[in-house]
Amino acid sequence: MSNTGPVLILGALSDIGVAIGRAYAGTGRKLILLARDAEKLQRESEHLRLKYNAAVEPHVFDVLYSHSELLARLDPFPGTVISLVGLMGDHETSAADEMAADLVFRSNFNAPALFLQACANRMAAGGVIVGISSVAGDRGRASNYFYGSAKAGFTAFLSGLRGRMAARGVQVITVKPGFVKTRMLAGMKTPAALTAAPEEVAAAILKAEAKLNDVIYVRPIWGLVMAIIKAIPEGRFKKLKL
Amino acid sequence: MISGWGHYPLAEGILLDADDARSAIEQIIATPSLIPRGLGRAYGDAALSNLAMLALPRADHILSFDPTAAEIEVEAGTILADLLPFLLARGFFVPVTPGTAQVTIGGMAASDVHGKNHHGSGTFGRHITALTMLLADGSQIRITPDHELFWATISGMGLTGVILAVRFRLLRVAGGMIRQTATKTRDLDETLAISESSRSATYSVAWIDCLSAGRGVVFQGEHAPEAEIPPTPRPRAVPFDMPSFTLNRLTIGAFNQAIYHTARSGSALVDVWRFFYPLDSLHDWNRIYGKRGLVQYQCVLPHESGEPGLRQLLAEIARQGLGSFLVVLKLCGEEGQGLLSFPRPGFSLALDFPATPEIFALFERLDAITIDHGGRLYLAKDARAKPASLRHYQRLDQFRAVRERYDPQHRFVSLLSQRLGL
Repeated sequence: MSNTGPVLILGALSDIGVAIGRAYAGTGRKLILLARDAEKLQRESEHLRLKYNAAVEPHVFDVLYSHSELLARLDPFPGTVISLVGLMGDHETSAADEMAADLVFRSNFNAPALFLQACANRMAAGGVIVGISSVAGDRGRASNYFYGSAKAGFTAFLSGLRGRMAARGVQVITVKPGFVKTRMLAGMKTPAALTAAPEEVAAAILKAEAKLNDVIYVRPIWGLVMAIIKAIPEGRFKKLKL
Repeated sequence: MISGWGHYPLAEGILLDADDARSAIEQIIATPSLIPRGLGRAYGDAALSNLAMLALPRADHILSFDPTAAEIEVEAGTILADLLPFLLARGFFVPVTPGTAQVTIGGMAASDVHGKNHHGSGTFGRHITALTMLLADGSQIRITPDHELFWATISGMGLTGVILAVRFRLLRVAGGMIRQTATKTRDLDETLAISESSRSATYSVAWIDCLSAGRGVVFQGEHAPEAEIPPTPRPRAVPFDMPSFTLNRLTIGAFNQAIYHTARSGSALVDVWRFFYPLDSLHDWNRIYGKRGLVQYQCVLPHESGEPGLRQLLAEIARQGLGSFLVVLKLCGEEGQGLLSFPRPGFSLALDFPATPEIFALFERLDAITIDHGGRLYLAKDARAKPASLRHYQRLDQFRAVRERYDPQHRFVSLLSQRLGL
């Protein structure tokens, strides 16, 4: 049975979130958009209604605060929940300032993990949970380990949640996009072959949902790249400037 | 390095990226000068700066759509190719379209683009009913055609401020098909005669073989009554810059021969994508011209002196011996109200060439003929002309006066505006 329930997008105004919203809007499923900026959320919702005739329910929401009230209000409960929230932060700032590091941890791990657990608790059989994690979580690198370790935790969380929910007929999908041309990477030069457009990530998620995949790299080449990076012995890895 | 569609010239400025009006204001205040930039489809230096260029790629929302009044308001970063499927599905089309759909609506307004229906429908600006602008002082303003800034902004090449939103009237259509009629011609006389007699057609354009005596194919088009909506095509890519020897007299000659001989006189039903945007199906086709880039010469000659001027231009090009792939001849109708609007009643001629020193020298000679015959160059295509070539932009001083009132410190500056002293 194909999933026709509403699609909840947490982080709906991120570049990938906008692309996902527009991709799902074309499928006729209802959209529940969660984002912090009320004005932009209004504009994007109106655009989705006008352009795609989509049913859109926007909620101004910050994942760092309590979610229980919002989730209790959703009726029917979404058939698909997609979490896109994340914060790269500046690594040097995080290393020097524990408040900054804590915000990176909470934004990438605690908050989305607890949100998805709360969703999982309410989800009916046939539902799908999609967590956007990162290749940065596959191995901790000297230049990015606050973000990387939080994503590693999130990846492990999704893996465990997948096992638990499998028995209940809920599919949990882990997405590792690799480099994506978004504001998060603004000003960074990344190799073209490894860099996806937000629309590509959205298309990959729709495909993964249809195929009920477990873990996907948006561009398959990332599977190879990360396999090599993971295979480097630690003694060697620590000397690499990565 | 950043360039326009022609890959010539290259600019050193940084590309700033604003999310919305709020962040655009911060960028404007933090930079001595910048130029707004859409998709960078102007051929030359209209959207280039050695300091900064400002794009708002996320300003791509439909703000309102009124099917009863046939009007739509969109943010300026909306891409025409993304908007068209939406419009076609609801029985509408844009009133004026340029020859590519890979442009932003803001860019279409700033260049006051024209299309194959200029003789009947005028430029895009004629159909715009309101603009929302971000001005040099950081304020936002919504203006209608009765405002002095309106007609300085339409055709103003981004020099009066950042266009944030555009409201314009739509054309009602049954579907996305065009009834196209092609007529092959033997020489320039016949090309001109048939072009002239096609003024009653909604769309009309001629392709001419500049290596022959002006033979060509005249295309006419009408929106077809069929309700069919064609699928949105996916472009194929030119994967790399072609080596520069790809284009020479021999290959261009062969290409032109091939077009002429494969074109069939007669009528056919084609979709809007093929009729209006044939080159969009080849993504990055500009790379055919290699690393050195391409330059386009597009001028308009007034009716009175048009024909002799046109003959002189074609003779000069033929004398050079280097033909051009694409020579497009179009009849223009009434002049628009944009202060720097390009088309005026007469013929418009557009030719693409590789950007080489010989071609720049040729363009200088073409400029002399154009100006001599009271003609104008299209700013959205130009990369190299001198200030003197603006002589027949009769409302330039009016444009300067309005710009001076709204941007006295010249915060909005492009390589084009500096080169031509706009």
